[in-house]
Amino acid sequence: MFIPHTPSETEEMLRKIGVKSIEDLFKDVPQKYRFPKLNLPEGLTEMEALAEMHEYASSNETVKGLLSFLGAGAYHHYIPAGVDSLLRRAEFYTAYTPYQPEVAQGTLQAIFEFQTLIANLTGMQVSNASHYDGATATAEAGVMAYHNFRGKRPGILLSSAVNPQYREVVCSYLCGYENINIQTLGGDFTLPGNPDDLAAHVDAETALVVVQYPDFFGRIFDLTSFAQKVHEKGALLAVVTNPIALGLLKTPGEMGADIVVGEGQPLGIPLSYGGPYLGFFATKKEFARKISGRLVGETTDAQGRRGYVLTLTAREQHIRREKSTSNICTNQGLMALAATIYLSLVGKSGLKQVANLCFQKAHYAADVLGQIPGFSVLSDAPFFHEFILKCPRSVDAVNAHLLERDIIGGYDLGKDCEALVNHMLICVTEMTSKDDIDYLASILEEVSHD
Amino acid sequence: MTEPTIYELSSPGRTGVRFPEPDVPLTHLPQSLMREQLPLPELSEMDVIRHFTHLSSLNYCIDGGLYPLGSCTMKYNPKINEETARLEGFAYTHPLQPEVTIQGNLALMYDLQETLKEVAGFAAVTLQPAAGAQGEFTGVMIIRDYHRSRGDAKRTKILIPDSAHGTNPATSAMSGFEVVALPSDARGNVDLAKLREVCDDTVAGLMLTNPNTLGIFDENVVEVINIVHQAGGLVYGDGANLNALLGIVRPGDLGIDIMHFNLHKTFSTPHGGGGPGSGPVGVAAHLADFLPTPLVGILEKATADLPPLYGFIKPPKSIGRVKSFFGQFGMFVRAYTYIRMHGPEGLRKVSEYAVLNANYLLAKLGDAYHLPYKRTCMHEFVVEGCWPDIPDVHALDIAKRLMDYKFHPPTNYFPLIVHEALMVEPTETESKQSLDAFAEALLAIAKEARETPELLKEAPHDTPIGRLDEVKAAKELVLCCWLPEEN
Repeated sequence: MFIPHTPSETEEMLRKIGVKSIEDLFKDVPQKYRFPKLNLPEGLTEMEALAEMHEYASSNETVKGLLSFLGAGAYHHYIPAGVDSLLRRAEFYTAYTPYQPEVAQGTLQAIFEFQTLIANLTGMQVSNASHYDGATATAEAGVMAYHNFRGKRPGILLSSAVNPQYREVVCSYLCGYENINIQTLGGDFTLPGNPDDLAAHVDAETALVVVQYPDFFGRIFDLTSFAQKVHEKGALLAVVTNPIALGLLKTPGEMGADIVVGEGQPLGIPLSYGGPYLGFFATKKEFARKISGRLVGETTDAQGRRGYVLTLTAREQHIRREKSTSNICTNQGLMALAATIYLSLVGKSGLKQVANLCFQKAHYAADVLGQIPGFSVLSDAPFFHEFILKCPRSVDAVNAHLLERDIIGGYDLGKDCEALVNHMLICVTEMTSKDDIDYLASILEEVSHD
Repeated sequence: MTEPTIYELSSPGRTGVRFPEPDVPLTHLPQSLMREQLPLPELSEMDVIRHFTHLSSLNYCIDGGLYPLGSCTMKYNPKINEETARLEGFAYTHPLQPEVTIQGNLALMYDLQETLKEVAGFAAVTLQPAAGAQGEFTGVMIIRDYHRSRGDAKRTKILIPDSAHGTNPATSAMSGFEVVALPSDARGNVDLAKLREVCDDTVAGLMLTNPNTLGIFDENVVEVINIVHQAGGLVYGDGANLNALLGIVRPGDLGIDIMHFNLHKTFSTPHGGGGPGSGPVGVAAHLADFLPTPLVGILEKATADLPPLYGFIKPPKSIGRVKSFFGQFGMFVRAYTYIRMHGPEGLRKVSEYAVLNANYLLAKLGDAYHLPYKRTCMHEFVVEGCWPDIPDVHALDIAKRLMDYKFHPPTNYFPLIVHEALMVEPTETESKQSLDAFAEALLAIAKEARETPELLKEAPHDTPIGRLDEVKAAKELVLCCWLPEEN
């Protein structure tokens, strides 16, 4: 299988080492605990293992087999064939972190291109090589802001229109910091409104304000004046964004964001039950030396040839240990490569097209669903590809009915917010056709008549 | 050999992938919300395929040759893993689907949790952490909350041996702990006298890597753990080096309270040029209530006719969520495929041969390279990449010269406690022939170091690019491609 040694080779190697048996190599391990019997099923051949994995996989329903209207942080988009074809090149996926640049220029240049694409997409000047996902990238924005003010501004304000899982992760990451004060604003009992409403809470203690754009409910608010108000108080603004939406929308950079983070999964990465995904992190050039995680920079060799290296490594854990900006080591390299290939393949015109398809179809869906008796659409602000649908019954009951008709309904917003019981978040992408939307409407008609 | 950037290859008006026209009536997005420019490249599909194919050819990879990075466990990544992770039933599942529609994923996660518990001797396992460093972070937060839950607020220190991975002190600091470094003794073990001296009621825990980064199994491990436990602290095990221990010893049996696994090291999921990893965490029974939320459990037991019903459960004193959703699911499928193909005997064989390979290589190199701690090693070992009689030659030169021999260099300058360290981990998947060829290269380089040192100093000669100016990169800080004017 994967261990190539023949018995005679093993013998020869043991002789060279000067021991009689492999067991003799483990004498430092306390005898009492040495060689435990592992109570696990016997090993399988490749053929049997594939069959077993197939069995697990076939016990699932998928967004391909059913019609899905789920989004809320993970999105079903078309992945061009070229993405996986390139990702499967062993030169990429069986390589390590590019610590030896002379034999890793492929990985390094791809990361450099990723950094450029993310910076351009978000309207920022620099980007790092990736974080684990959108939630941890958001948490790292909090960490950077806290350190930027050396802990003298302990406040982190989170809009309640930021993905609830992201808010949880921000709290997990930052709760160990001295005097930290993390507050979620607005929306426990009402749908949060315009981010401008948060401005009154920003003060001299605030390090960072985090808002989402389009927000968790899909709504698009221009953040320009809000950014000014945050800056007037000397705080930083982080914007969590959806990279597909930026095919159409004004960039967070243009509106004055200091940090832009988000989930890169929509850029050519399969849903795969929540991971592996891709966190991206972009900021202004003045903060480049305060970013956590890896950065790739351009340089030259002795002959003047252009090449790429991991740079500013003195910020990182393997050098600075307890004084580093973060403990991050392995990140999401291959996922960043997927996004780089995706953005290169769809390019300027393709990304606009995808964004426009999402926008158009979601608005058609909102029009149609909002007309069903008992249902109404709550999103009056412009929205991107998600909107809030108020239901006449519990979301559980509606979704159970939909599932019987081979539809996975929207995300139950009542789970995170009392004010939104009986409301679901519907997501529509370029994968959803007009017929799909009409079919959903026809089934929801049944619910309204029950 | 320089490949243009994707922006330099861009040609305005070119399209790679097209999408259909909208099939719905159109809505108008206010102009004030729209971006004016979208500076993305414009290429044909083949332009893109060629560009990334060219880039890939500039990389060294496991499929191309031995990759002996110490503490990285660059073993062969079986191809079947790539097939199973991409099965439609896994790849096209949304993380927020109703639990009844996702029983296959939940069953696989449950079975992986159970397997990891058995392999390492723990009472409970979370799969959520995204990588080893996040597993450590999860573990240290559990330590913190465990002491807090007992009303024990004095414990502000984490002890970390000087041979530990850099992530250990970084993690402790970001979790609000003070880091106390512990020296190693003359045999490379934790210095017991010093440990006793610093262990008091302010110690929250010890982060222990065993085998440590010298590749040495701490002979006093049980005593080390006892000393910390007697002082009321917990012991965190860094699972980065678990590839030496499968079926050899279970860290939980030794008394370790918490440990992270690296599925991308021990269980063969690919490193991907720097991730994704996956860092599940196992804990002893007294810490199970603190694990991140959610965990997969059995909600209804199997009956004669029905399989069990799996679902998510929330541990009562959970530290909370450390990432979105449930972890790096695609890596769980790969790792579980690997584990199922090995079974208990196969897993033990993995560690036996990983240790055999390391000791064999050490035996071949021991005369030419100085070994700071003369002991049987586990799955890796550390030698000094320098000689007193030729002070100008450094570990870095040896590492770069190895590239000319078509090998990836070992980890260098780590651990920090060995002068000019070269840290070698061959893994079990390398054959005797491959190890012989690697040893010959290193022996030849040791000879060159004395006879023709300039060959080392100027190396590599035979790579797509020479040694790069890292000072310039940090000073000029060019982090993005040059963009053509029309963008």
